[in-house]
Amino acid sequence: MEFSVNSPILFVIVGAIIALVLAQSVFFLVKAVKRAKQLGIAGSTIKKTIASAAIFTIAPAVAILIGVIALSKSLGLALPWLRLSIIGSLSYETVAAGNALEAVGQELGNTIADPSIFISVAWVMTIGIAAGVVLVPFLTKKVHSGVAKIGMKDKKWGEILNNAMFLGMISAFLGYVFCDVGNIVKGDASGFIPVCVMATSAIVMAVCGTIATKSKIRWLTDYALPVSLIIGMASAIPFTAWLGGN
Amino acid sequence: MKNKKNLTYMESVYRDGRNWGIVVGLAFLLFPAVLSIIFNAMPNGEVLIKGLIATAPMYWAVGIVEIFTFTPMLGAGGTYLAFITGNISNLKLPCALDAMERANVKASSEEGEVISTISIAVSSIVTIFIVIVGVILIVPLTPVLDSPVLKPAFDQILPALFGGLGVVFISKNAKLSIAPILLMLVLFIFVPALDQSTVGIMVPVGVLFTIAVARILYKKGVI
Repeated sequence: MEFSVNSPILFVIVGAIIALVLAQSVFFLVKAVKRAKQLGIAGSTIKKTIASAAIFTIAPAVAILIGVIALSKSLGLALPWLRLSIIGSLSYETVAAGNALEAVGQELGNTIADPSIFISVAWVMTIGIAAGVVLVPFLTKKVHSGVAKIGMKDKKWGEILNNAMFLGMISAFLGYVFCDVGNIVKGDASGFIPVCVMATSAIVMAVCGTIATKSKIRWLTDYALPVSLIIGMASAIPFTAWLGGN
Repeated sequence: MKNKKNLTYMESVYRDGRNWGIVVGLAFLLFPAVLSIIFNAMPNGEVLIKGLIATAPMYWAVGIVEIFTFTPMLGAGGTYLAFITGNISNLKLPCALDAMERANVKASSEEGEVISTISIAVSSIVTIFIVIVGVILIVPLTPVLDSPVLKPAFDQILPALFGGLGVVFISKNAKLSIAPILLMLVLFIFVPALDQSTVGIMVPVGVLFTIAVARILYKKGVI
């Protein structure tokens, strides 16, 4: 078949794989909701979990969509659609595709016309990130039940261990927010944009929490995270104008 | 099918997760091979080797460590889903943490397991739908989403996400959070190689360091 990065057959195959992943998500959703009811978790808690997860997801999902648009200039729509809907993350896909194209002196931004190059890029993007896909089906049970045993032996330590993991992840991202502040010595204040955005989001979250506790507005707690995310993102627009973005 | 009723919920999650993982994983891995057959073209060896050398060793190493660090936080069902649908640290994990926090359940309990799975499944479904709508409407949407006015907002999604999430978890675990935050601040400010593309590698480092600190503080009775 004649090659094009936007060949209809590509969309059919990608659509089929994405439908499979959608089926998997629905399967686990139904299974977990059934179990939640058996465990006596209130129906209202389940509904709120579903609603706020859906609302929280909107902004990050739009960011993923922007990633698809960025990559579509060289790779067409179908491949980035697959790669960013499944396993991928924007930072990885851009790096993987960029590295593969660099080998033939091509840059991201020009549409690929050679099927062999396109297929090579697809292979690199697939194999490079495949660790999770290949290993998770076989390792998860061992890792998960292993950690569960620690929690059973010493309940308090089990809880602290969980909190320590969450905090470890959060601290890495907080550190990342400050990664460019050092550029201020060169007169570049743009490294403070993420710091201001983070502070804004943190303040909004704290204010939401305080208001919710004092006035007993339950819905505010349920949507505090998406609210602080959106206001934080919006604050980036004036902060970037002020501190000089890239 | 006879044994089905005797399985506990967790055992059935392990079984279903493995089976789905194998099916979806095969589809994912066979995709480039199917392209070769359809377009009757072999991959270019040079692009393949250079591209893989530049990405695979690092991302495989990170991927393996991620399985060990994310699985206890995501729960089993959440892990099976999140490692397929991706965008874990910038979407699925924060979503699950927030859901468990609000439902007041622990990740290590079965209640935490189901709440985490529900939130990750919903987040995956919503992401898939938003991207599908976006792909269909790409022509009218591109000028809006690609607009320079909105660009700063989407560039700063991670700081906006972790600011809000940080407040909740740090305020609840103030004593435990001091050491890892200081370490990460020093590393990210003074090591120039650490930036957005390497933050993924620092997550496991932060997790392991915080566990070590937690163990010491726990033994000393501080927490």
